[in-house]
Amino acid sequence: MSDSDYAPRWWSNLGSVAGVVGLLLLLYLTLYLTDPENAFSKRNLKDVFSRQGYYAVLTLGVAVLIITGGIDLSIGSVVGLSAVGFGLMLREGCHPYLALPIVLAGGVIIGLFHGLLVTQLQLQPFLVTLCGMFAYRGIARWLTETPVGLTDVTRIQPSFQSALETLRLFLIGKNATGYLEFPMQMVVALVLALLIGIVVHGSVYGRYWYAIGYNEQAARYAGIATKQQRLWVYVLCSFLASLGGLLLFLDRGTADPTNAGESQELYAITGAVLGGCSLRGGVGVVPGMVLGAMVLPLLENLVNFAQIKSAVIPLVIGLTLLVGTIADEQFQRSRRKT
Amino acid sequence: MPPLLEVRAIRKRFPGVIALDGVSLQADAGEVVAIIGENGAGKSTLMKILAGIYVPDEGELWMDGRPVQFRDVNDAMQAGISLIHQELNLVENLSVAANLFLGRERTVGGALRWLDRTAMRRQALALLERVGLPAPLVDVEVGRLAPGQKQLVEIARALSLQTRVLIMDEPTSSLTQRETDRLYEVIDSLRSASVTVLYISHRLAEVKRCADRVVALRDGKNAGGLSKAEIDHDAMVRLMVGRELKQYYPRSERVPRAGFPALEIRDLCYEGGPKQPINFSVRAGEIVGMAGLVGAGRTELAEAIFGIRRITQGEVRVAGKAVRIRSPQQAMAAGILLVPEDRRHHGLVLQASVGFNLSLPNLPRLSRFRLVQRAKESAVGEELRRRLRIKTPSLRQTVGLLSGGNQQKVVFGKWLARQPTVLILDEPTRGVDVGAKSEIYALMDQLAGEGVGIWMISSDMEEVLGMSDRVAVLHEGHLTGELQRAELNEEAIMRLATGGSK
Ligand SMILES: Nc1ncnc2c1ncn2[C@@H]1O[C@H](COP(=O)(O)OP(=O)(O)OP(=O)(O)O)[C@@H](O)[C@H]1O
Ligand SMILES: [Mg+2]
Repeated sequence: MSDSDYAPRWWSNLGSVAGVVGLLLLLYLTLYLTDPENAFSKRNLKDVFSRQGYYAVLTLGVAVLIITGGIDLSIGSVVGLSAVGFGLMLREGCHPYLALPIVLAGGVIIGLFHGLLVTQLQLQPFLVTLCGMFAYRGIARWLTETPVGLTDVTRIQPSFQSALETLRLFLIGKNATGYLEFPMQMVVALVLALLIGIVVHGSVYGRYWYAIGYNEQAARYAGIATKQQRLWVYVLCSFLASLGGLLLFLDRGTADPTNAGESQELYAITGAVLGGCSLRGGVGVVPGMVLGAMVLPLLENLVNFAQIKSAVIPLVIGLTLLVGTIADEQFQRSRRKT
Repeated sequence: MPPLLEVRAIRKRFPGVIALDGVSLQADAGEVVAIIGENGAGKSTLMKILAGIYVPDEGELWMDGRPVQFRDVNDAMQAGISLIHQELNLVENLSVAANLFLGRERTVGGALRWLDRTAMRRQALALLERVGLPAPLVDVEVGRLAPGQKQLVEIARALSLQTRVLIMDEPTSSLTQRETDRLYEVIDSLRSASVTVLYISHRLAEVKRCADRVVALRDGKNAGGLSKAEIDHDAMVRLMVGRELKQYYPRSERVPRAGFPALEIRDLCYEGGPKQPINFSVRAGEIVGMAGLVGAGRTELAEAIFGIRRITQGEVRVAGKAVRIRSPQQAMAAGILLVPEDRRHHGLVLQASVGFNLSLPNLPRLSRFRLVQRAKESAVGEELRRRLRIKTPSLRQTVGLLSGGNQQKVVFGKWLARQPTVLILDEPTRGVDVGAKSEIYALMDQLAGEGVGIWMISSDMEEVLGMSDRVAVLHEGHLTGELQRAELNEEAIMRLATGGSK
């Protein structure tokens, strides 16, 4: 990083970002060649864009956490719990504009919980969030055994209809009939990326996070409140996961406690890694995170259109990640040599 | 007879730097050759080429009158060359014995390759004895050792190889007098076993003591040499720096300020420290040297005062006021700064740039609305780089790629932008060349003159004698005595350091 600047800037690490841009272009090209009519229709592209935005929201959180040397495996379960919790609150008569901040606050509390366990009790992030992964899924399934749907909600609470339609239009871009007018989730992701980018690349906190990711001890000796900083990043990650839960519910119109958000933490982590973050910590730039998050939804869409059995999706994802990692490693090595 | 080792017109460049520009060198069997030069002169690079870590861009290596080529460290080891790095390379979570035989484990049971622990332990004990480390350390994790002890483990490891040329890159920079003396004995025994020793050091008294010949480098070129009879301090400085250097230990007329001491430690106990509480103070405007053997607990005490180690009992007062210190932030807020000893783990974020490191502790003052002001940051960075003469192609260079001494200057420079009440320096000039050393001493002198209380922990006897107004000596964690400037001499310090009395 540092041969480009003091600390990573938006455009630093262009090499690995160029790699993911190339991959995206390749995938779009393949999509076009597979089925120019349907797959490259405005409708499908909008759809893909929307999903890419959704994953970018999750990826941004975990990617910043990865920069500081942390990890969060509970994202998918937090998504599930937030989606189910939101639906249930609405059904029980809590107004959407109240339920929304409550769910987000829940995300903050979960993040604080993770962060405190990791920094105060010095437990390993992997373990803490692994426990979280099981626990939050368990809570969601305990709250309800059957899926909660938007149609149920509006049947029981007809007065919420207009508020929910507004939320859906602004956050998802879907109109009352459920037609996707504009991929608003991507807009949400870009706004978040801008804000997070300013913090990561412009503020003192971003500096602290890179320093902690590289060498926490040196950061501590430099007088940085490393525990406090790490805590905030856990909060950010879980906050964005709970926002993801809201988006999921509003987008799909239903949340199933058993599988809403399932294994999406792995999608988010994959996005971060494809976007140039190193699991060793200290490396990554914000544009890369968004671009990295765009790969998997596109890949899934491509597999669907190529009329390959959707069962191969995990295999394709695994291979993409492996090849991407190898390519990046080779690239870094060749750059180090010169 | 051809020389054992010959280097001919070696050239090596890195992006933005020509590290070696046609350097030549010869060494005979059983000769101890000291390589000297300023920070960044190319000494370590040359040694790494000999050890097969770097491949030269141009030039040749000859051994026993035949040209050789090393593609990697293994090739060099096969040829009998081994290098003890300037920066330690041990596996921290393995025991001393395991580190000594890492990669060359003794095994029994043929293809089963069971570890032969008893044999390794026995040989390890013999090696530890040779370098003067206490036997119980053999089973201790390396991570728990003091830097000086780690250094001795590295030396022991090199001794266990069938070495014809042993290269030591600043082996003594974290050793105290006693361990250094032990090392001289090791070197003497190697010499009589006709092992060639190439020895890099910035401690010129040491060079004079143990080298048969001196070779100087300057800016990646040969800058001349000295035979045994010609070796003296001034001659070496002239070769390295290219000019005379006056007033090595600057001392303005300092008078420690009356009134409250800058730092006062009362009946203090800390985690991992001795049971017996410690009392110690540093007056404003005073430089207190702290001497002791490696592992005497000086670093630990400093860490407790800086909030890294938990204080279990007692009181810390800064400028007369009792302060509560539980984290480095609190220590800094109270006006205490620490320049840590271990630059790779505590002092620097190695993978980040020089500029990043220089500004890390100062960011709150280099920012507005919490956003870093890059222009201000570079201005401050450039200023520090100039003031300390940090040799780097740019502030954007990764700090881990600088030469050791230049890294140390960055560690020191991080804190210069502040005005502390108490400045704790733990081995402040470790690996720093004579010119820059006198610069750092001048800065210390100036800070003390401005009323800063300086507490300097140092294993460099010359430095302790030259800079201190008062010396406190630690032995196994507790203070064995204090010496005023008038009573300072090497014997008195050594007596206290080994647990004797004044
Ligand atoms: N891997 C590297 N990449 C880039 N530059 C390097 C690298 N290694 C060394 N250099 C540069 O080459 C020059 C010579 O470095 P070297 O480490 O040989 O100096 P040195 O004489 O050992 O100094 P010191 O006394 O401080 O240890 C320095 O300017 C250093 O910054
Ligand atoms: Mg060196």
